[in-house]
This record gives sequence, structure tokens and C-alpha cells, in this order.
Amino acid sequence: MTDQLAPPVPPAPARYHIRVKPASRWADLPIRELWQFRDLLVVLTLRDIKLRYKQTVIGILWVVLQPLIAALIFAFVFGRVANLQSGDVPYLAFVFAALLPWNAFSGALQRAGGSLVASAQLISKVYFPRLIIPMAAALGVLVDFAVSLVVMLVILLLSGYGLTLNLLAIPFLLLITLINAVAIGTLISALSVFYRDFTYALPFLIQVWLYASPVVYAADIITGPLRPLYLINPMVGIIAGFRWAFFGGAVFPAGEVVLSAVFGAVALAVSLIVFQRVEQSFADVV
Amino acid sequence: MSDTAIQVSGLGKAYQIRHEAAGYRTLRDDLVNLLPGRRRTGASRETFWALKDVSFEVKTGEVLGVIGRNGAGKSTLLKILARITKPTAGYADIYGRVGSLLEVGTGFHAELTGRENIFLSGTILGMRRAEIQRRFDEIVAFAEVEQFLDTPVKRYSSGMYMRLAFAVAAHLDPEVLIVDEVLAVGDAAFQKKSLGKMGDVAKSGRTVLFVSHNIQAIRNICHRGLLLDHGEVLVDAPIEETLSRYLDSGISKSLHQVLKSVPRIGGVDARFEEVTISAAGGYGGDPRTGEDLCIETVIRSSASLTGVAVHVVIHDSFGARVIDANSGMVQKFVDLKPDDVVRVSFVLQNLLLRPATYKLELYLGIVHQRDIDHILEAATFEIVPNYNRLLGPFDFPAPYRCEFAVETASVPAAVALG
Repeated sequence: MTDQLAPPVPPAPARYHIRVKPASRWADLPIRELWQFRDLLVVLTLRDIKLRYKQTVIGILWVVLQPLIAALIFAFVFGRVANLQSGDVPYLAFVFAALLPWNAFSGALQRAGGSLVASAQLISKVYFPRLIIPMAAALGVLVDFAVSLVVMLVILLLSGYGLTLNLLAIPFLLLITLINAVAIGTLISALSVFYRDFTYALPFLIQVWLYASPVVYAADIITGPLRPLYLINPMVGIIAGFRWAFFGGAVFPAGEVVLSAVFGAVALAVSLIVFQRVEQSFADVV
Repeated sequence: MSDTAIQVSGLGKAYQIRHEAAGYRTLRDDLVNLLPGRRRTGASRETFWALKDVSFEVKTGEVLGVIGRNGAGKSTLLKILARITKPTAGYADIYGRVGSLLEVGTGFHAELTGRENIFLSGTILGMRRAEIQRRFDEIVAFAEVEQFLDTPVKRYSSGMYMRLAFAVAAHLDPEVLIVDEVLAVGDAAFQKKSLGKMGDVAKSGRTVLFVSHNIQAIRNICHRGLLLDHGEVLVDAPIEETLSRYLDSGISKSLHQVLKSVPRIGGVDARFEEVTISAAGGYGGDPRTGEDLCIETVIRSSASLTGVAVHVVIHDSFGARVIDANSGMVQKFVDLKPDDVVRVSFVLQNLLLRPATYKLELYLGIVHQRDIDHILEAATFEIVPNYNRLLGPFDFPAPYRCEFAVETASVPAAVALG
């Protein structure tokens, strides 16, 4: 093999130019390319949303029913039977406020996690920044989130709460949720290409994560030496933030929320580095 | 214009082949290999170069045809230039926006409507939404699917689906277009239409890299030809010269397939080990329309079997059975003893198959009693046009008649494989 990489001067530097070369250990994050393909992100996200409820009779109603039914089951099992405490807040509202970010997080994680393997056909036939696949899969949860948010506001009003300025925190909290979900989902999607084990492990991870997050119980029941460890879970801060946005309460849980944001940023950085390194061989492996 | 559109320098692509004993890649193995001081053991791995030191240049506006038999590295080359996979060595510079068309219907989703799929497939192929909007009517008109725009494409006929999928791709507007084999699908009218469109693209001054088994299409469209064999460039010359070198060289003469890891049903008591498809006439080149085709199978037995019939079936690219040749139908049977290696040859005389890509299915069994070995896709092969015929490649006599002769011979293993 001659492998003399003596790059000659490109003849026409003004034109659009790409150099196809062997995989490198450290590839740049293709920000410019992601921007060029921004339409694809939108189109793929819309595709997933459109496909989700095709050939169902009640269609979009499922988006309302799924979290509502889950909340009712939790309210019965944990609120009534197990008699978990929710403070002054009615238990159903208490659970639904947590399910709102939790469903966005777990839904995005689940869809992003399996997205690359599901797109094997596409990956082996056409080039585009692969990062778009898990991102588009994760963004599909925005529709569910928006619908659930309306349901939550109705529950809030029915429970005798008013709409306060605290609600303005929701977009930021949602952003932190999505950053965490995209980061972990992207990492799992990339690793699943090489080891399908991750595809099978993901549902269990999500299940364990649900109980490790203060969805059906209040975060302050975890005390003592376990507490700092518990706070590493980014969902603790996010859910605390959402409950504050809906029900008010003493002070904004700034420490926990900042911790969630930091976790998300670090996870995203790690995930992007891993993704860039393995992306180059997806088509050969998937 | 004579500036460079594509400059390929010393391009190579290696694949690691793991041998069966090595099993599958597991997380545990990889974690162990990550440990410092541990090197992956090379014993079970073998490096296979699908492309070796390939260099060539394509000028802006030039249409380059890439030919070569199956496994010559054509698709690997396109996949690298289309940036789907990374090369192992060398590099390629591409000047201009690249569009690649490696299949018809990239990104199509059966549940979505024609309209939705135009946008989906278009953006996946690299178009902006505004661009698709602008050319939407043109695409729909080309595909002739106006009435069905809001119908899910799963309800389309296969012809409509093909037309729509190709229409989207054909309206891609890149400066450099990379096309693989997409014209090998669809009915004759569609092939003609898509070939016409390809011709227009080629004449419009865009740079095109075109891989096809359709010799006629390559001859009509391309200016220059690149002949690949075993991953290396054998000929880089004007298209006529490359084609005649290809057809006469015997590179494509016979297709020999070792049937080791193909999906099969059965294969316990006896199994097909190898198959060779060649032109029986003794000339070099691919089997041609109207001449004799020889299919030779090697069968290894591990049990005593009597009255075994061998069956070869040829399928066209739609999966339709076009030729069925069963030795049992002409009362030719093979008797097998353990460790016998037997060659069974079929000669299909005056082969009346149009030039195209076909698939070979192999079957071994005892009539009305049991199936012994069955391989649905043993090989893919080409039938090329026959330019020796006065009336051109489509000189088909009528009525349709197909003859075959069967020879069987039982010989000891050493002699047969020696």
C-alpha cells in the first residue's frame, strides 16, 4: 500500500471542497455541516411524529391518555395503596408534575437510543451527519410534552392552584431535560451499533432510573449520606424544578437544577466525543 | 472546462475478516483488549483489501463509468466517494456539492404519503426544503403520480413507487453525481425513461460517476471508463476501449462462488460447496444472450443417498423464476456415498434471457421424499448483450423455447477438486 499523504494544493480553493480521508482519532464536530442539514433534522423529527400514531383510531388522543393513565396508576398504587406522602399537593397533580419531564426524558432517551440501529438502511446508503438521527428521534417528544403540559395546567387549575410566573422556568428546565436525554441517548445509540446489548439493557436502565428519580415520592425523603450521590441523578433537580414551577413553595431549587445542567453539559461533551470517534465506522458495522 | 472535479490518490479500503472460530465481537473481548499492554490477537483475523491503491482523476463535466465484475470494488469505491464509509489509506478530493444515488428510494417510508416522501427523501439526499418546493411540480410530473400524492406509498404499485423514488433522485442538483446500479430496476419503459434522464444529466455538464452492469447504458452515457478488478484499476481509458478490454479480457469470464457462508436450508447429508457460472461457448467475457450458459455445481455428500435430483432456478431482478432446470425432470439422478464429491453441470443452450442481472437458486433433493440442501441465493450473475448477432442484442426468435442438457459424473474427491 502506498500511503503517502502528501496533500497537493487544491486547484480551485474557491469552490466547495471536501477531502475524503482515513478515519482519524479526533474528528471535528461538524457544526457547519449540521447547520447545512438543518432541514433534515426538521423533516426527520416530523416523520417520527407523523408515523407514531398512523393507523390508530383515536390518534393524537393517545398523547393525552398515555401520561394520564400512567399518572392514575401511580396515584392508585403509590398514593392510595402504599400511601406515599406528597405534602400539601394532591397526589395525582404531584405525580403528573414529575411525569411531565420524566416522560420527555425517558421518551427521548428510548427513541434516541435505538435510532441508529433502526436507521441502518439509511446509514449504509447515503451520507449526512449521523448525529442528526438520534437528535431527531429525541426531539419527537416535544409534541407529547406540549400536549401533556396543557393537561397538567388543567389538573393544576382543577386542584385549586393558580398560574404563576414560576411557569416561566419551564422552557429552561425542558432544555436541561433534553440536553441530558440527547447526550445519554446519543451515546447509547452509538454503542448499540457495535453492541446490541445496549438496546436490550436500555428499558431496564430507564425503569431503574424512574425509581431513582423523585417521580412517585418527594425528593426530600432521601436523606443522610446517600443524599449527595442521589443528587448526581440529573432528574432530581429537573423534577424539583418542575414541581416548584407548578406548585410554588419555598425557594427555587437552584443548587439541584444547576447540578442537573452541569451533568447534562458533561454528558453531552463525552457523548459527542465518543460519537465522533465511532461514527466513521458505522456504515461498516451496522 | 478541464479543471478537476474528483482527484483520487492511492485510495484503499481494508476490511477485517474474522474467521468463524473467532465468533462474534463481544463487549467482554473488547474491554479485555482495551487493557494496557494487551494487543488484539491477530490469529483469527485477516485483512482483506477491497480497494488497493486506486488513483484517478475526473474532470469537471466528465462522465466516468466504473465497471468490473462482482466484488471488484466498484461499490466500495462509490461508498467511499459518497462518504458513507471511510477509506483505510489514501485520500480523495472532491470539488463541488456531491449527490449520491446508491439505491432507488433512499429514505422512503411506506406509511407516509407520496408528498411526504418527496420531502423526506429529498432532504435525506441533501436538498433544502425550499429547493424541493421549487421543483415539486416537476418531480410529480416526471413520476406521473399526480392523483396519488396523498396516498401512502405502501399502496402504490411497484412501478409507481420506483418512478416516484427515481424522480426525487433525478431532480437532485449536485455538481458531482455518484450513481450506483439504480437503473437495474423497474420495467423497460421506466428503465428507458431513467436512462434518458441520466443522459440529460450527463449532457448538462455535471460530473458523473456511474457504476452499472448495464453495458449498453454505460456505452451511451459515459465518456471514460475505469475497469476495476480485485480492487485495483486495470484500465483507465475512453469508454469504448475500456469496454472492449472488459468484454474480451476474460475478467468476467466465469463467476466462481464458494458456498461457505450463504444462508441455506438443510445441507446436512449433502451440500452444495461451489458453483461456477460461465459462458459455455469458450469465448471470453460474460455469458451472452442467445448463447450457451454453463452452471457447474460441486456437491459434497456425508451420507448415502440414492436418486438425488439437482435443480437450478434462475430468477430475474424482480424475483420471478425465469428458468427452472431440474435433473429429475429428465430422469437424471445422482447416487451419493459418504465423502463423495460430485460435479453436476447444466448447460442451458441458446439462452433466451435478456441482458440483465439474475440470481441463481440451487436445490438438492429426492423427488417427493425429502429436501437435502436448498440455497435461495447462491450467486448473482450478468447476462450481457450479444453483439455478434446481426439483429443486435435483442434478436429473440419465437416461440420461446428453452433446452437444457444434464451431465452427471461421480468422481472421487481428490480428483474432482484437484
